[in-house]
Amino acid sequence: MAETQLQTETHIVTQTPLRPRTKTVVFKIKRQANPDSAAQWECFEIPWKPGMNVISSLMEIATNPVTTGGVTTSPITYDANCLEEVCGSCAMVINGKARMACSALVDQLEQPIRVEPLTKFPVVRDLAVDRSVIFENLKAVKAWVPVDGTYDLGSGPRIAPREQEEAYPVSRCISCCCCMEACPQFNDDTGFVGAATIAQVGLFNSHPTGKALKHERLAALMGDGGIQECGYAQNCVEVCPKDIPLMRSISEVSRDVMLQAVTDLFRR
Amino acid sequence: MATPKIIVVGGGLAGLSAVIKIAEMGGSVDLFSIVPVKRSHSVCAQGGINAAKNLKGEGDSTAIHLDDTVYGGDFLANQTPVKNMCDAAPGIIDLLDRMGVPFNRTPEGLLDFRRFGGTLYNRTAFAGATTGQQLLYALDEQVRRFESEGKVKKYESWEFLSAVLDGKNVCRGICAMNLRSMEVRTFPADAIIICTGGIGAIFGKSTNSVVCTGSAQSALYQQGAYYANGEFIQVHPTAIPGEDKLRLMSESARGEGGRVWVPKQKGDQRAANSIPESDRWYFLEEWYPKYGNLVPRDVATRAIHKVVYENELGIDGQPMVYLDLTHIDRKILDKKLEGILEIYQKFVGDDPRDVPMKIFPGMHYTMGGLWVDFNQQTNIPGAFAAGECEYQYHGANRLGANSLVSCIFGGFVAGPNAMRYAKNLPAAASNGFFEAERKRQEEMNFGLMNNEGTENPFRLWRELGELMTRYCTVIRYNKSCREADSKIVDLLERMKNVNLSDRTQWANTSVVFTRQLYNMMQLARVVAQGAARRDESRGAHYKPDFPERDDKNWLKTTKVSFAPDADEPRFQFEPVDVSLVPPRPRRYDAVK
Repeated sequence: MAETQLQTETHIVTQTPLRPRTKTVVFKIKRQANPDSAAQWECFEIPWKPGMNVISSLMEIATNPVTTGGVTTSPITYDANCLEEVCGSCAMVINGKARMACSALVDQLEQPIRVEPLTKFPVVRDLAVDRSVIFENLKAVKAWVPVDGTYDLGSGPRIAPREQEEAYPVSRCISCCCCMEACPQFNDDTGFVGAATIAQVGLFNSHPTGKALKHERLAALMGDGGIQECGYAQNCVEVCPKDIPLMRSISEVSRDVMLQAVTDLFRR
Repeated sequence: MATPKIIVVGGGLAGLSAVIKIAEMGGSVDLFSIVPVKRSHSVCAQGGINAAKNLKGEGDSTAIHLDDTVYGGDFLANQTPVKNMCDAAPGIIDLLDRMGVPFNRTPEGLLDFRRFGGTLYNRTAFAGATTGQQLLYALDEQVRRFESEGKVKKYESWEFLSAVLDGKNVCRGICAMNLRSMEVRTFPADAIIICTGGIGAIFGKSTNSVVCTGSAQSALYQQGAYYANGEFIQVHPTAIPGEDKLRLMSESARGEGGRVWVPKQKGDQRAANSIPESDRWYFLEEWYPKYGNLVPRDVATRAIHKVVYENELGIDGQPMVYLDLTHIDRKILDKKLEGILEIYQKFVGDDPRDVPMKIFPGMHYTMGGLWVDFNQQTNIPGAFAAGECEYQYHGANRLGANSLVSCIFGGFVAGPNAMRYAKNLPAAASNGFFEAERKRQEEMNFGLMNNEGTENPFRLWRELGELMTRYCTVIRYNKSCREADSKIVDLLERMKNVNLSDRTQWANTSVVFTRQLYNMMQLARVVAQGAARRDESRGAHYKPDFPERDDKNWLKTTKVSFAPDADEPRFQFEPVDVSLVPPRPRRYDAVK
């Protein structure tokens, strides 16, 4: 059903070569009215503008939500907020790749531009998905520094510039979940926690105060769905929009988990 | 007595700071946010956070921080709360440091500080070029910890619609809408804290995030809360023009030595790099030798406007000037500015390490906001506010890197004060107000859904944005501000003829947006009329017909209330607290 619709829409586009000379951009967008309904594709053609990206295109469609077939439809539902690739909201699959829509420049994409929701997370509507799993995971691994309180206790621990330079890139993770989308092991069968959460474990375990919870964090990564599920496909590093050294984090945390598993065994 | 229940609306720095204090004091918090709180607009702040820690041997002090802030704000800020903020700032930095914020370090392992606009001291702590993101994450993590302990309950994907007020106009909770199921529900609380950030969407394109519509503060204003100093809108001198938004190029680019220039020759066609020094005009350095490129934002913005529109020296005749970092060592740029350079590279396609950036001023911040007293309480008992959505700390112009500290400090004041208030609150006489408020909001939704008009709300929004940007930003004339107001009235009229192409009851963004748009328009009138009334130039508010600051007539806070009968703002003015730093002329072309 969905494929039929796509073909029909494609047909309409190719049938209209004699439109005015203004440059346009063609989008194919996978839509789904609610979590339980079937998906279908809709095609849109909008005026080209310099510097446009996928989000500005979705905004443009909202001002005139009519498909190339001339059918009036609804504006597309999607998640977006900062549009600077730092809030992590607008992850989508664009031309087959999981990435942030705000930094997906139209001029750098092959047309028609195919936009789909992330596939590993429940669809809310159209391009909006439910990624609450990442925040639950962060809770499970206690991804925080256990401070005593917010009252005045003087300055924090001294940290060498080199340590800060190691921590900072990992601390830039925007929880967009692209790494999980791209990971072959992230699925319902394995229940794998995913690269982003593991990297945060590494980050907090390396902090002078954060490491107080190191044992609990590593324990949370043992067993089913834990770090052992990683198949080292390295897709996560490929898609990470913030270039976080995820594989380095995974191997370091993996080593710590193993060490702790052995230690725990002997302590029993 | 029962555990006090506090509702915090908004999960940016201010909201999360309030939540942490309340949870720590044993209160119970319901935290409402349109987006998952980790995705709040605070993440966009780049350059840093101010605190007079004096770690560079410069003799900096919190008293000088107070003076810089008050002077930078052109003496419109009440000075007592500003002093409290500046005094608290060093402790706030220490706390954030303890929470694990990866601040940049000195070789000795101490916090590093950089210089920002409007000061001569290295007072700005920073974490790479993503300080706001790092601070927000630190607070988000602490809140997650409280959440796992059952002290905080998050309502993400819920939007605040209104406060629930009892017969005596005391706030008893909120009415909110689930952005997926579209359910409208009321939530009781002993006190609420509004921390809903900026109002950038009123200007169409700005540096703000999509959620920064000002809808919540506008709704509260329409329910009787005062809105203060709405006419003070900060236009950031260096934004990257874009189709969907104006992306900020942080002041830290200038803090680290970035230089603003244009070719001396009108219509110079050469590539930036091939224009020799002798043919470049570094106009900020020439006009303001003491502060150079680091004059405050309003001064830099007007200078760029002048060069582009009066001298007609914009690059290629376009409204753009160069912001040049290419003379700085790449390694230093990567270490200190990587995050912001990456933004330019990603969204424009050029590498600012090799090619000067093209920038232009863009709407960035509202100094005005909900009126609050020194305890962060609005004039509606039980309704508090903190962060950019209130007016208290920045006067007529905000200094760079003062926003993050004002958000956190505001939350730290609002949280405990809301708790204190809640503990002394007598019970409401009845709770029939909840049902009435829910019905009122549901009827609004029903009306929108079933309206058979012809207007597309997203197109109306573009008109509003263009109108406000053109008439109510950098340069203001009374005639054009009044014209803007009457055009907003037209837009409000056309809103009645709106037609939603989406009428479904699930994740309907059209309904949500149209409601926000109505609130934006009501608040836009406060900005436009406030700008028309204030016949002087002060901070970000500049009128060529009244080019001087006029303390005799205008050293006062604008305070606006909504008149429901007339459907318009009513203005009054109150004196400013100048008890600590006597007003003096504000000049950056000489030592202050």
